[in-house]
Amino acid sequence: MIKVTGLVKRFGGTAVLDGIDLAIEQGEIIVVIGPSGTGKSTLLRCLNFLERPDAGRLIIGDLDVDVTRASRADILTARRRTAFVFQNYALFANKTALQNIAEGLIVVNRWPKEKAHARAREILERIGLADKADAYPASLSGGQQQRVGIGRAMAAQAEVILFDEPTSSLDPEWVEEVLGLMKQLARERQTMLVVTHEMSFARDVADRVIFMEGGRIVEQGPPDQLFGSPQDPRTRDFLHKVLATQVAIDTPT
Amino acid sequence: MQVLDLDYMLGLVPILLRYLPLTLQMAAVGMALALVLACGLAVIRVLRIPGLNAATLLFISFFRGTPLLVQLFLFYYGLPQLMAFLTQINGITATIMGLTLHFSAYMAESIRAAIVGVDRSQTEAALSIGMTNGQLMRRIVLPQATRVAVPTLMNYFIDMIKATSLAFTLGVTELMGATQKEAAGSFLYFEAFITVAIFYWVIVELLAWFQRRLETRLNEAYRR
Repeated sequence: MIKVTGLVKRFGGTAVLDGIDLAIEQGEIIVVIGPSGTGKSTLLRCLNFLERPDAGRLIIGDLDVDVTRASRADILTARRRTAFVFQNYALFANKTALQNIAEGLIVVNRWPKEKAHARAREILERIGLADKADAYPASLSGGQQQRVGIGRAMAAQAEVILFDEPTSSLDPEWVEEVLGLMKQLARERQTMLVVTHEMSFARDVADRVIFMEGGRIVEQGPPDQLFGSPQDPRTRDFLHKVLATQVAIDTPT
Repeated sequence: MQVLDLDYMLGLVPILLRYLPLTLQMAAVGMALALVLACGLAVIRVLRIPGLNAATLLFISFFRGTPLLVQLFLFYYGLPQLMAFLTQINGITATIMGLTLHFSAYMAESIRAAIVGVDRSQTEAALSIGMTNGQLMRRIVLPQATRVAVPTLMNYFIDMIKATSLAFTLGVTELMGATQKEAAGSFLYFEAFITVAIFYWVIVELLAWFQRRLETRLNEAYRR
């Protein structure tokens, strides 16, 4: 289980995260939605210590730290228990698809190379890229790169995979294959915390949807409830704007 | 009328070949040491290590801001006056010292630029899976920085090979020193110096050929 309480992150004077409390059960799929610049990505980055939070407590399994006092070892532990999928894929450009997935196992988990490569091949099979094992990122499509990015996160066997707008940089033609892979992971009950603007994904896949604005969690609940009868006017306003455009696109002609 | 004494030039080739190893050794040792030192300086600059960063800036400023010949004279003639134990310093050691320090100052800056140029998001990705800073440097950043730095570093290596010729001013008989002596004996200055010029030229061209092959290999991952 993962739990954060009172998480605060300031950039300059402004609090981008203004006291976030969040618990994630094992196997739970949570989607975070909200307007741009409301701290959704920062929340994910704080859980992984890519940003150093200014206050709060973080519990991941038996790790329980005051984030301001986290030691280097605490930070490494937190990172090893939370895998990250980046908006711009962030694949290692000097490594093949196979090596990208195996890298963490070899360097961080100290697996022997053969074992790590065998696992990486299994994962390539699962993400449907077995034939691209020896391809470098530069020769892969955006969708394929992001699937490798997800494969790299899968290899870490973390408590949770954090998805930071995983389809936002993709050309429209590649979005479905990435969402499809994420749905597959959801069916396998991989714990996921997903920041996305894909409302249909949130509706179909999430156990819980969180609406954030101004660095705070405004409202949360099962997708039926949050999309069907949002309580807070800010949620209603946001959904109204977003769904108006997305439904127009989703509606078959 | 004969313009060039070709027989003399051909006769010079085996004589100069005997001094080629010393030239190449000074360049190779100087380059190896300069690379190590430059990597250290570059990492200090990138990480802005307090104290060391300022010292590194001063080091780079001095060794880039003064002529190599002046630095060589400083090491060879100047230092022994300051430090008695250096009275034994020979010309070869002083040359290698000078080349190392002088070129490491230049190389540190191009290595630093190459490190900084590696896509920041890959750094985050490496950290996100729990790599330490050292692992991040060794596995992700330096291999990619190498690819960017190789062309400029090879340029410095070429420059360094030619700069070994300054060793003759410290009394070292290397390629240039040997040529100087031969020319002084025969008075065929043009023949002697055009021969040694061709020596350097051929070495550099061989190196450039090697550089092209190396770059092709390093670019393998970036072909679409």
